[in-house]
Amino acid sequence: MLSRVADSLYWMSRYLERAEHTARVINIQLNLMLERGSQSEDLDWARVGRSLGMESSEDEDDWSAESLAQSLLYDASNRSSIVASIVNARENARQVREQISSEMWEQLNRLFHAVRRSSPEAWDSREFLQSIKEGAHLFQGITDSTMTHGEGWQFIQGGRYLERAVAVSTLLDGHFHEFHQPAQAGAERVYLEWIGLLRSCTAFEAYCKAYTADVKPGRIAEFLVLHPTFPHSIRFSAEALETAIKEIGREAGSRRAARVERIAGRLRATLRFSQIDEIMSGGLHAYLQELLRQCGQVHGALYQTYISYPIEAALEA
Amino acid sequence: MAGTATKHTLPALFHEYELDDAFDEMVDSGGAVRPHYRHIYEALRELTGDELRRRQQIADLSFLHQGITFTVYGRDEGTERIFPNDLLPRVLTREEWTRIEIGLTQRITALNLFLKDIYHEGRILNDGVVPREIIYSCKHFRRQMRGLHVRKDAYVTVAGTDLIRMPSGEFVVLEDNLRVPSGVSYMLVSREVMKRLFPDLFRKCGVQPIEHYSQALLSTLRALTPQGSPRGTSEPTIVLLTPGVFNSAYFEHAFLARQMGIELVEGRDLVVHDNFVYMRTTAGLRRVDVIYRRIDDDFIDPMAFRADSSLGVPGLFNAYRAGNVSMANALGTGVADDKAVYAYVPSIIKYYLKEDPILDNVQTFLMSDPVQRRHVLARLQDYVVKAVGESGGYGMLIGPHSTAEQRDEFRRRIEADPRNYIAQPTIRFSRAPCFLDGNVQPRHVDLRPYILFGDKVTVVPGGLTRVALRKGSLVVNSSQGGGSKDTWVLD
Repeated sequence: MLSRVADSLYWMSRYLERAEHTARVINIQLNLMLERGSQSEDLDWARVGRSLGMESSEDEDDWSAESLAQSLLYDASNRSSIVASIVNARENARQVREQISSEMWEQLNRLFHAVRRSSPEAWDSREFLQSIKEGAHLFQGITDSTMTHGEGWQFIQGGRYLERAVAVSTLLDGHFHEFHQPAQAGAERVYLEWIGLLRSCTAFEAYCKAYTADVKPGRIAEFLVLHPTFPHSIRFSAEALETAIKEIGREAGSRRAARVERIAGRLRATLRFSQIDEIMSGGLHAYLQELLRQCGQVHGALYQTYISYPIEAALEA
Repeated sequence: MAGTATKHTLPALFHEYELDDAFDEMVDSGGAVRPHYRHIYEALRELTGDELRRRQQIADLSFLHQGITFTVYGRDEGTERIFPNDLLPRVLTREEWTRIEIGLTQRITALNLFLKDIYHEGRILNDGVVPREIIYSCKHFRRQMRGLHVRKDAYVTVAGTDLIRMPSGEFVVLEDNLRVPSGVSYMLVSREVMKRLFPDLFRKCGVQPIEHYSQALLSTLRALTPQGSPRGTSEPTIVLLTPGVFNSAYFEHAFLARQMGIELVEGRDLVVHDNFVYMRTTAGLRRVDVIYRRIDDDFIDPMAFRADSSLGVPGLFNAYRAGNVSMANALGTGVADDKAVYAYVPSIIKYYLKEDPILDNVQTFLMSDPVQRRHVLARLQDYVVKAVGESGGYGMLIGPHSTAEQRDEFRRRIEADPRNYIAQPTIRFSRAPCFLDGNVQPRHVDLRPYILFGDKVTVVPGGLTRVALRKGSLVVNSSQGGGSKDTWVLD
């Protein structure tokens, strides 16, 4: 498979995962706004912006709820925005139009046109956000059922789960930084925020099944970081990522695959053999930062092995 | 032609079918339907306008869903359009086709000998058959190609030659496309669609197949595998090099690559190392043996040609010169389809093959010749003026349909740069029945067969028939309101 094609499939998938994640987080935030007082609204949105990986700017204090939500939804120049993510996902798909199924292309195209039609005037638009989530889910389903599960599909898987591991780690980190300070603010409000966090990862129902509705930060962290079979946990994402990378190595038959497989394997092992007590006592922030660092390494190694490798290295191989 | 008699004998769908002095592909000069069109004519008797319209919609949808669009340059909005495809096939007899096939084979053989000659000894120039100035002043002449050995002397591997039928019924060559001719995907797709829409007619008529084009192209490319390639000629790596998704013919590039089962690459997918060309794959670098390139000479290698090209591959020309990679077509073939050189093709055929040309040229006046120029400028309204290095219907004046201002503009241009223009008499080339606005009407058509030159010459029977869809129009280019139709060569 051409490196350029692998690259486009990988990023198409990452951008789509990003759009879906952003849509979900904003939707939850809009719901929370209904339930809490308006005095802290602007601060809350600034936190949302950070937890979605928006770079903080000097005029952060000026971020109003409205302008930030606008920017996250519609601002094509904001790399984290939904519009930018969908546009980028479609642009990548367009470059490899012949490598994906017609059904996939048509679905992504529909999503793209829906996003382009949406107007910033209706920024409090649950329907819009809902359509992004559904559109992204539909695309995943179509991808899984219409595309050969070969190398290209594995790059799509890899992109999705790497993006998800990064997104959940970032979100969790921001949330714990803000709310995991005992005996602060109203307990009721904080309770809503924790539920918001779970919902942002589609984890509320699954969490309740595992732990009942008794919401405790330590358990939430355990669930979102270490749960082995919940598809939005970091561990699940890391395992799916490693599987994809091993399959890519097998399909491509590259003799240089060992390094990226080792790095992805280490990320998986880090999660697999961690216990929540140890993580919390060592500091969740440090642990999540370590995961993010390792995710960055996997991405870098994937690129060096398959996509932008130096010519000399490939000739020697 | 006896127009009134026709109206009585032709079925209802034909009530707007008027004949004039152009050759009509379906009806002879006595108003009778030509024998090879009889089956189609019979079918049209039975079908209603509504039924034809229904089939037209199916065909249009099929083109739409396959994304068969082309880009019109030079306009800001709505530049991507569905290629209009006419429902009624254009039919040729086996005898007509055989003559065309032999004529095209003769022509491409001579043109390849010509290209080899002018990039090596230049005998034809020394002998004064073709003026040296015309070659060296041609903007598609590539000095870099002098003395360079081209694998199997196959300079032009893929040609698309435009033919028109004169009022006498004879086919003549209007122009050669020897650089990166396009349109073959329309020919293949429109055949697929027609088979679905008119299965009975296909059976009755006995249409020669064209589906083997992709296979023939692949074999032709394979024949160009460089000597000493590690995998030999059995399993060479062949790629199709496209400028990318923004190119007007991207659909065709992707289509052909898929049909041949070869990789569709962009310039950035290829790297040159030690004069070998590799493509970047996830399994590492893979050596490339043959490149079917759909990028113009100018853009193919920023180190050898235009330095501002971001589409090409730096160092590709050196690898080519070293004989480590073959390209189809070779570089510098544009010199042979320069419209001023075109005027000499009959002499070129005689010079190399010692044969008379089977397919004639259209009479052509060189504006660089003072006598011919004076003659044409005095009667510009009667002539078609073309820029020598352009294609696709751009840079063209059609005298009878022009305004005085346009003629003045061209007169200025010709006088400023006479070498850049030629003129041809306006020819009312043949017309074929088309299904338009609910009934059958005649429109002017040309014919572009595709010729492959490798170990042997292959011309798949038929080609792309292009239609000037506007009433009375003589311009068939897709960028200027043209469409296409399927071409049937009967068995």
